[in-house]
Amino acid sequence: MRITVNNRVEELKGDRLTVSELLKVKNFTFKMLVIKINGKLIEKPQYDSAAIAEGDDVQVLHLISGG
Amino acid sequence: MTFDQIKSILSTKTVGIAGCGGLGSNCAVALARVGVGRLIIADFDSVSEGNLNRQYFFRDQIGLLKTQALKENIRRIDSSVMVEALAMKLTKGNIPAVFSSCDVVVEAFDRAGEKEMLIETMLRFFPGKPLVVGLGMAGWGKSELIHLRKSDNLYICGDELSEVSEELPPLAPRVGMVANMQANVVLEILLSITNYELRIKN
Repeated sequence: MRITVNNRVEELKGDRLTVSELLKVKNFTFKMLVIKINGKLIEKPQYDSAAIAEGDDVQVLHLISGG
Repeated sequence: MTFDQIKSILSTKTVGIAGCGGLGSNCAVALARVGVGRLIIADFDSVSEGNLNRQYFFRDQIGLLKTQALKENIRRIDSSVMVEALAMKLTKGNIPAVFSSCDVVVEAFDRAGEKEMLIETMLRFFPGKPLVVGLGMAGWGKSELIHLRKSDNLYICGDELSEVSEELPPLAPRVGMVANMQANVVLEILLSITNYELRIKN
């Protein structure tokens, strides 16, 4: 399926995956994250259940220290 | 738009700034200079010598609360800018009340955990309120890596890559670039909202 991750088009296997699965596939191992699907904040307890489907716009913000 | 027109629009706006360190102090000063009417600044910390290599404070302010020192610096630039100085630790419990009256909020925290907390809280309570985040500004050089990424009402300024450390400290030039980019994004938001409002009125 085709989705956008951080404004980049991505082709992924299957037609659905959870946020946790996406993080694994993309090797996003970072701890501090903010994730939105189609503009909506996904809270951490929902990472294993929140589903990503064809055409979804996913934003993964990796928080790093500094400021 | 002339500067007078810009100033008359900005004077009616309120911007919240979470954190008065490298990002917050420089961003606040830029916004004060162009005439934002009201700034809500929050930080629990005090000015120390190590801050002077990037934060908008002066040597004779060491020991003062950052909110106090920054408010004074802004007063010296333009005393008509209203500054609400909150010397407090922002938490998910108080953030909604602190920033509810803001047209835009600037995220200027230092630690990743705090940044995460603020962004999530703002998205949870005010998903429609523009939030301008500073992310990745350590070291020197590599100016071309600093960018702006927009996602609905979330604006990310920085290189999203360089984490501060002993070997990669935050320094005035690069921190200033990101802080001023944040201020520039705030202007873009405030001036374009008003253009839209003016257009639908007519």
